[in-house]
Formats: sequence, C-alpha cells, structure tokens
Amino acid sequence: MTTMKWCTTLVAALLLAAAAGPAVAATGADLRLEPAPINRLDAASQQRGVRTFVNYCLNCHSARYMRYNRLTDLGLDVAMIQDNLMFASNKIGETMTVAMTPADAKAWFGVVPPDLTVVARVRGADWLYNYFLGFYKDDGSPSGWNNLVFPNVSMPHVLAGLGGVNRLARVEYKTFDEAKAAALAAKGLVLLAPAKEHKYAVEALVLDTPGTLTPVEYQAMVADLVNYLDYMGEPAKNKRIGLGLIVLLYLGVLFVFAYWMKREYWKDVH
Amino acid sequence: MQKLLTWIDDRFPLTALWESQWGKYVAPKNFNFWYYFGSLAALVLVMQIVTGIFLTMNYKADAAKAFESVEYIMRDVSWGWLIRYMHSTGASMFFVVVYLHMFRGLMYGSYRKPRELTWIFGCLIYLCLMAEAFFGYLLPWGQMSYWGAQVIVNLFSAVPIIGEDLGVWIRGDYTISDTTLNRFFAFHVVAVPLVLLGLVMAHLMALHETGSNNPDGIEIKKQPKDPVTGLPLDGINSHPYYTVKDIVGVVVFLAVFSIVMFFVPDMGGYFLEANNFIPADPLKTPVHIAPVWYFTPYYAMLRAVPSFLGSQFWGVIVMGVAVLIFFALPWLDRGAVKSIRYRGVQYKLWLAAFVVSFLVLGYLGVVPITIWGQFADGFPLYGADKATVVARVLTVVYFLFFLLMPWYTARDKTKPVPERVTG
Repeated sequence: MTTMKWCTTLVAALLLAAAAGPAVAATGADLRLEPAPINRLDAASQQRGVRTFVNYCLNCHSARYMRYNRLTDLGLDVAMIQDNLMFASNKIGETMTVAMTPADAKAWFGVVPPDLTVVARVRGADWLYNYFLGFYKDDGSPSGWNNLVFPNVSMPHVLAGLGGVNRLARVEYKTFDEAKAAALAAKGLVLLAPAKEHKYAVEALVLDTPGTLTPVEYQAMVADLVNYLDYMGEPAKNKRIGLGLIVLLYLGVLFVFAYWMKREYWKDVH
Repeated sequence: MQKLLTWIDDRFPLTALWESQWGKYVAPKNFNFWYYFGSLAALVLVMQIVTGIFLTMNYKADAAKAFESVEYIMRDVSWGWLIRYMHSTGASMFFVVVYLHMFRGLMYGSYRKPRELTWIFGCLIYLCLMAEAFFGYLLPWGQMSYWGAQVIVNLFSAVPIIGEDLGVWIRGDYTISDTTLNRFFAFHVVAVPLVLLGLVMAHLMALHETGSNNPDGIEIKKQPKDPVTGLPLDGINSHPYYTVKDIVGVVVFLAVFSIVMFFVPDMGGYFLEANNFIPADPLKTPVHIAPVWYFTPYYAMLRAVPSFLGSQFWGVIVMGVAVLIFFALPWLDRGAVKSIRYRGVQYKLWLAAFVVSFLVLGYLGVVPITIWGQFADGFPLYGADKATVVARVLTVVYFLFFLLMPWYTARDKTKPVPERVTG
C-alpha cells in the first residue's frame, strides 16, 4: 500500500510541475479571447446561425460533408429548409456545396476558402467568435481588411455592413507590467505583444463606423453563427453527451452489483 | 450439454484449454490495483478489433476519399460516431493501460526468472502496438496524419547510405501518397493485428505456464500445498475469484473510458488533434508537428539528440534503443528480490528517476522546444533551449536506469522476503 501512496504522490507532483511549466514560460504575443457565449442546446440560436451561414458564408465557403436534411436536428422541417435555406437546388439529401470553382477562388482571393464543415473542430468556438469580432480596416492589406485574431487574413470582412468598421488602437508601454495592467483593464479582445525597443504594445479595436446592427446585436448574431458552426462540426454532439449520461448511470448500477458479487465470492479467501 | 462437451473434448481439447488457461489456473491471492491492467488490455484489444471491423466497412482507403469517408462515418453511418470514438479513444486508452501494465512489471519484478519469455512477448506486443498506432494514424488522412507519417518515415530515410531508398520502399512512392495510404491500411487492418493476436496468445500461454508473479514477488508454486484444496498456500483459483474481481475493474475502466469518449473525445487535442480535422495537404506543413501523446517520450529523445558527423541518424538510434532496451531487463536486473516492497533505496530512487524522465520527456515531446525559453548570457549553456537541455539530461537518466541496473540492483540493501504473501 505504501508503494501506491508513493506513486500517487509522485504523479501528483509531476502533474503540478507540468501545469506550472508553460505558465512561467509565456513570453511571446498573448491574445486574450472572449469566451464564445454559445449553448449547444439552444436550437433557436443555431437556426438563426444557419440563416447567417447560408446567406453570408456559403457563397465562397462550402460545407461539403453537411447534408441539408441533417438540419432537421435543429427542429426545422424539410419544407422550411427547402424554402428558406436552399437556393441552388431542392434535393434535401445534398451537401452544402458552392458553385465557385477552386481555380476562380484562388484567382480572386489568393487562397481557396476552406471548407467549413469541421472548422469548429479545427479552431474551436472561442477562436471563431473572436475572429468575427477581430476584423479591422487596414489599407495596407490586399483586401483592405486585417484581423487581430488571424493576422493578414485573406478574407474580407463580409459582415462589415452589419457589424460596422473597426480601427486598430495600439498603445505602447515601456514595461511589461504597465502593458499587462492596461491589457487587463481593456474590455473584449486584446493583444499584448513585444514591440520594438524593448517596449510592449497593447492592441484593441475601436468601432469607427457603426453598421446596421448595434455592437450587442452583432455579437449576438456572431454567437448564433458560431453556435451553428459548432453544431455542424459534430452534429452528433448532443446525442453523444445525452447517451454518455445514460451509460454512466448504467455503469454506476452495474458497479454496485459487480462489487457486491466480488465481495461475496471473496469472503472465503483469507 | 455435457454430452456435447464430451463429444468435442474427444476431438478437441476444449475443456483442457479452458482449464489450463483460466478455469483451473491458480493465481496468488494478493493481486492489487496494478493487476487489473492485463485483463483490461485484452478488453481494449477486443474493442479495437470489433470497432475496427465496423469502421472498415465504411472507410475508404483512398487519398481522395479517406478524409471524407471518416466524416461520412461521423455523420451518415448509423452510430458511426460512436464506433469511431470508441476506436480513437480505445487507441489512447490501450497505451494508458499498457504503460500501467508495464510499470507494474517494473515495480514487482515480473520480468525476472522464470518469466523472461512472458516479458519478451509483452515487449513484442508493445512494438506491434506502436506499429499499429502509427499505421492507423495515417488513415483519417488529416494534416497530422500526413505530416506525422512524413516525420516517422523520414527517420528511416536518415539511415546512412540506404536511407533514401528505404524511405521510397516504405512509402511505395517519393512522397506519402495514395500508395502509402493503401499499404498502411493493409498493415493496420490485416498484417499487424494478426501478429498481435499471435503474440497475445503466446504472452498468456507463457504466463500460465510459469504462473503469475505478485506484489510480494513470492513464487507461490514453491510453497507447500494446502492439504484440503491441493493449492499452494497463497494460491486461489483465478476462476471465479479473479473473474469476479476483474469484472469490477472492467466496470470502473468502462466508466473512465465513457467519461472520455462521451464528454471529451478529443481530450483537449491529445487523443484527437485539432489539425487532423484539416484534410492532408502535401503543400502546407503545419507549424507544430507533434505525435500523439503515447509516442512523445521517444519523440522528445529524438529531438534532443544533436546531429553528429552531419547525420541525424543518432537520434533515430537513441529512440530505437530506448524502446528495445526493455527486452534486456530480465538480464540487467541482479537484485536479490523481485518486488519493490523488499528492494533497497537505490532501486526505488532509480525507478522514480526513470518515471520522472519518462513523464517529463512525454510532456516535452508535445510542446515546442522553445517552451521554456533559452539560457541567459554568461551561463555555460548560453543560448541553448532550456527544454532541449532538460530533454538531454532526462534521456541520459532514462538510459542510466537500464545501463546501471546490474550494479545498483546487486549492491542494493534488500529486505528479507517473507514466506507468505502480505496481502
């Protein structure tokens, strides 16, 4: 028994050391992301999200592993999907493809817009949420846009008409501590990065020209969109978690009987 | 029923086989927590084979279709997501279980005479498992699949003189391609599993021949027999006693497995990497390529070994020897006792150092080498990456655990081993 205790202590110490390691080491650029306010059980939010998705994203980006009829998961029926979300075809079993060819896309944007079916699994919901909030005007870039979360991104700010136009606000500080204090005091998306001459820069975004939505409305719209992308990345997620609870409950009951049986049998071992 | 059994037994040793392998197998009565992982490894093996069969029914081993077919399984195949997650979680859990099983062997000296062959079959199983994991990881055809395979095949290309040709021979092409995917698929679903199953049978037969070791390292076969039962004093029938005990272990293990599979199937990127949800792109190298966690201790060693005489091959050798050195364990250990319970302080310290180096190397293998920054001016190691220096030191510790073993185990002050097991 003492051996086990000794091993447990050792493992615990190592886990602590591993956890402390990266925290001490953070010296590069540090981006603070806002947590994405999404809820996997909020089907109404995902319905609003898919509307934004087919209207704004699905012109350039495909979702070629996602079938339209799968959207019935979100409480939509086939007629609703065909009437409101399908523009090119009416075949409900089709996947979300786009008409733009990869060659055209390459010529127009410099890169082929990636397929978005599983983008939430690549980037994570928080990254996506901040990405949509991170666009700002940059006359130096080919598209006229840049992004705090994805520097030098090729994609223009498609949602600018709704969300408005941001400008980059950059302040430099002499010491890391001053910069850190400023970054902590700032709201929303903040980037803290080493700057020239041993200074530290804090970058955040300021709304220059408002869009048709207020910032709060825009954030809600983006959250809905991300909620949809998160669903699309793994449509079986709700089923998975629901089934998991049942399985654990079953195993809990099984454990009682298994343990009881073991104890009964082992009564004659001395 | 009895008539049928007699009919079979007259023609095939069914009852004899069952009794020799489990039904009448006598095991020490003092197995503790660490003795669950053998049966659990067998359980995971069966799960991997069964889920693998169902995956094979829907997967396409074709560079143009592989990624898509995995998403097809995740979305359109009935319960496909569950089968796939069982298989991907099972892969990682297999290594969790096997590492704990091996560590048990280290602690209680299970590799020592007369169980050398059981240990060697076990080491071969471990090698097979690594091959199986490596081949299987290419199949989803994501970015990490592709570039991970690239890195590993390049290890073989680092062999002097024949390396280039060896790389082409393994890939069947000049780059990782559709040809590579097809042959890896063949290895993953047919060749390696066949060898694995044969080795598992050999491992179990060898074990049931010598009998199991136990936490006290006492040979129960040498004990006097109980006059009533005819069994060694500390022996019990594995059936039903360990059958019912292992069932409890299985239920607890399945609960842990389920927590991962149902609630965090990607385990924060350790079991399923985020980059592997991007289809393989031969033109785009990911910034940070890390193997899946169970290979990272060896990967950290590979990166830590400096190139010498203009060749990276030394790192490959170190990595290979680090795995193969386990085979030599039965002959390196000269201790008077088997179990850590009766060993002296030297063995305990070396084992602790080994565990620390294995785990920290495992951590360093998943992070970039710049993780802890560089040494500052003035220090003799000026400019070197701290993580690389630590990895080098730990690689040396890892090897010293084995290489110095004949001395420290022989000189260690051991405690007397009792006649009977201590529970």
